[in-house]
Amino acid sequence: MSPVSVPGSLARACRAVRPGGPRDAVAGLTPPWVASPADVGEASALLAAATEHELAVVPRGSGTSVSWGVPPHRLDLVIDTLRLDRVIEHAAGDLVVRAQAGVTMSQLAGVLAAARQQLALDTPAGSVNGGQASSPTVGGVLATGSAGPRRLRYGTPRDLLIGITVIRPDGTVTKSGGKVVKNVAGYDLGKLYTGSHGTLGLITEAIFRLHPLPAATAFVTAGYADPAAAAQGVAAAAGSDLAPVAIEIDRPARDGLVRVAVLLEGDPGGISERAALMRGVLGAGTATLDTAPPWWGADPGTSGPGIAGREGRTVIQIGFWAAALPGVLHAVDAAGRAAGLDPAVGGSAAAGVLHAAVPGSAAPEDVAGFLAGLRDRLAQDLEPGFAGGEGPPARASAVVLRAPAAVRDLVDMWGPVPALSLMRALKDQFDPGRLMAPGRFAGGI
Amino acid sequence: MTVQAMVPRMTEICGTGGVVSDPAELRTYECDGLTSHRAAPGLVVLPETAEQVAEIVTECVRAGVPFVARGSGTGLSGGALPRTDGVLIVTSRMRRIVAIDPVSQRAIVEPGVTNLSVSTAARPYGYFYAPDPSSQVICSVGGNVAENSGGAHCLKHGFTVHHVTGLQIVTPEGELAWLGDGTGAAPGYDLVGMFTGSEGTLGIVTKIVVKLTRIPQVITTLLAAFETTGAGGAAVSAIISAGILPAAIEMMDALAIEAAEAAVACNYPAGAGAVLVVELDGPAADVRRDSAAVRALCQEAGCTEIREADDPAERAAIWAGRKSAFAAVGRISPAYLVQDGVVPRTALGEVLDKIAALAAGSGIRVANVFHAGDGNLHPLVLYNDATPGEEARAEEVSGAILDLCIEHGGSITGEHGVGTDKSKYMTRMFTREDLDTMQLLRCAFDPAGLCNPGKIFPTPRLCGEVPGPRRGVHPAVAAGLAEQF
Repeated sequence: MSPVSVPGSLARACRAVRPGGPRDAVAGLTPPWVASPADVGEASALLAAATEHELAVVPRGSGTSVSWGVPPHRLDLVIDTLRLDRVIEHAAGDLVVRAQAGVTMSQLAGVLAAARQQLALDTPAGSVNGGQASSPTVGGVLATGSAGPRRLRYGTPRDLLIGITVIRPDGTVTKSGGKVVKNVAGYDLGKLYTGSHGTLGLITEAIFRLHPLPAATAFVTAGYADPAAAAQGVAAAAGSDLAPVAIEIDRPARDGLVRVAVLLEGDPGGISERAALMRGVLGAGTATLDTAPPWWGADPGTSGPGIAGREGRTVIQIGFWAAALPGVLHAVDAAGRAAGLDPAVGGSAAAGVLHAAVPGSAAPEDVAGFLAGLRDRLAQDLEPGFAGGEGPPARASAVVLRAPAAVRDLVDMWGPVPALSLMRALKDQFDPGRLMAPGRFAGGI
Repeated sequence: MTVQAMVPRMTEICGTGGVVSDPAELRTYECDGLTSHRAAPGLVVLPETAEQVAEIVTECVRAGVPFVARGSGTGLSGGALPRTDGVLIVTSRMRRIVAIDPVSQRAIVEPGVTNLSVSTAARPYGYFYAPDPSSQVICSVGGNVAENSGGAHCLKHGFTVHHVTGLQIVTPEGELAWLGDGTGAAPGYDLVGMFTGSEGTLGIVTKIVVKLTRIPQVITTLLAAFETTGAGGAAVSAIISAGILPAAIEMMDALAIEAAEAAVACNYPAGAGAVLVVELDGPAADVRRDSAAVRALCQEAGCTEIREADDPAERAAIWAGRKSAFAAVGRISPAYLVQDGVVPRTALGEVLDKIAALAAGSGIRVANVFHAGDGNLHPLVLYNDATPGEEARAEEVSGAILDLCIEHGGSITGEHGVGTDKSKYMTRMFTREDLDTMQLLRCAFDPAGLCNPGKIFPTPRLCGEVPGPRRGVHPAVAAGLAEQF
């Protein structure tokens, strides 16, 4: 142990260090210290000090997802990136932006909108430990890899990131990629850090490729009493040549209507004609809207971007091959029935990402039973003979994004993960001291 | 154990027809598309299954022998350069399209499947495989994964990494493993994204889950002529800045046009100093609007003539000139170097002017044929290797072009990869710490350092070496099997 005290080391590294409080809790665990570095130099010094004293660190942006996921095995220091809040360069002519990790998505959207450009990700506001809703940061969106409805057209953060600066646990500042959209020089470490939930290092800066804001948008909606018919509608929309940007579904209750909405973007002169064609593709009971339906991009079974009613819910993300949509809905229903629950389900059906949500009033044992039943059915029931057994052994997953502590304690939040031994080997290389968000990630990483 | 001593065991694994050990035959594998780097492999094996690849790698690990994977051998950076003391694992017999799932917009293919054949198989369902390197008739999907290949249409549709959602690999320790589950939303680290573009240094791909893309409603190709490359570059910047995202924007300068004209009589506008090929795809109304906007922006930038084609035969005629350019240049110069650098799109005009000045100052001709829309330059540095000193001057010019790219905040490679050829330039883009961090990946996957060693990262042995010339036409091009970018 170093002769210098921990608070002394942290204070020397960064001018803004304070004791942690309940509002700083990470999945229920309160850190002794919270540091807010003003620049990359302070952030680097903080990590070096953390390594020296073997402090467990969790990076945090707006904190909209710190209540998510698995609690860290231990926690000594939260590094708050909110003071790294500069949009360093918006090269509008190149459709590229370089921003620090603490820039919020709404701040960034404001800067880009002035040039009629966007970072094409849907990242709704979230609440911080039950407090007010706020916009997530660039760093947080990268660390969680989160994306919304338009992932069908634009992909997820990993598809739009072209360069990244990350501080390794020992304080070394490193970068990969660059500020040009096409670049294959060296390993693309941005892919590794995106979705790594803070377990490999501290993201301090990112460079993204941008897209123009669409000239016009239209939403085409439909409702289906039969889930199989809804799945057919989704597949027909995805297979059309009408260039859908997003295809979402929402089903608040098991025997209720499956609502489907398709987003179109493009030329104002052509979009109404295209919307009419899309209505034909979706069948009866359709409408065209200028704005998104209230449930668009929201938690399944809720309306609007508000956070009311979300507290205490368990939200499970299901990833699957899009053709398995009927089977996934059936798996949710069957597992729900067996557990005596009626989960709401919705999300990016054509992109193969749905969310199932169970209210906070459900008994934790029932939620755990539902999750186990869902995983069993996803593993066994979805086209078992697909590709003559030569495809990936698992073609669907169910990951718990958020859950109350009583549920969290009963379940494996991440579930089975392919190639876990390679992931562990990576973690050993990048964070040999296991100081970065230890235990927060898949497989106990 | 020497590599020759492995022949009996490799024959057990691959059969007698699956092992090449005759020195004359081995020499046919001594280079990929970058012919200036040559090394005959110690042994070549031609497995037919993923299990055989795993057994081969396991044997190599046991013997401490390095191994290199190779697809069709069209790479342009020496990424598949064999080791004389190692085994070359050629995936060309692994050519099955295992499954096509149009509703999921996915296909599962083996690594030796050629790029174009994925699109051919998907077409009856209304889909295509978007990444389209110019060698797509012959290059393999496994090689595309290794290099994160691009192509003319990646401006809108993205690179290989945007179209791969699952990989079965043999790890450098000889184990079969699936990375990702094909969904693009698998839990855990994004090993698929990280593996794609790792240039064969993290393992050998044995199956690939690719995304299929819906064939667009309408495709239109514009050909615009300009007096200078500067004017053409300004048009490119204007198109991008206007918020138009064409499927492709390609540029050729006067020398490249002259070569293409001589080779395929593409009938581009006479006397043009530069031409742009702009392809738009999508819903009809959007393509119409964008086409009108592109025409207007080209006019403003001083375009002297513009043609538009929307039927497949007319579009193919416009593309014929562009696609023939690399090979055509091989016919007007005894030898040339292909460069692959990237600059921000707004810097195109300025960098092209500087390249022209470099060429004029050195007396070395440079032909420019490139993916203008994403700033990916492919200057072809022409010289006569029979003239004493000219090769050295050409290499100087080629290196100076990369320096220009780096000065303008760009990259030393946009799609050809670092491979053997450019590892010595890596320190100009990245710090020692950056490169050390990248190599942590390598250590996690390949602690013994046997999987395609000596590529990407500079080593003392490679430092100070200079890029080699490319002579004439690549054999695959000469045989009519491929076109190059």
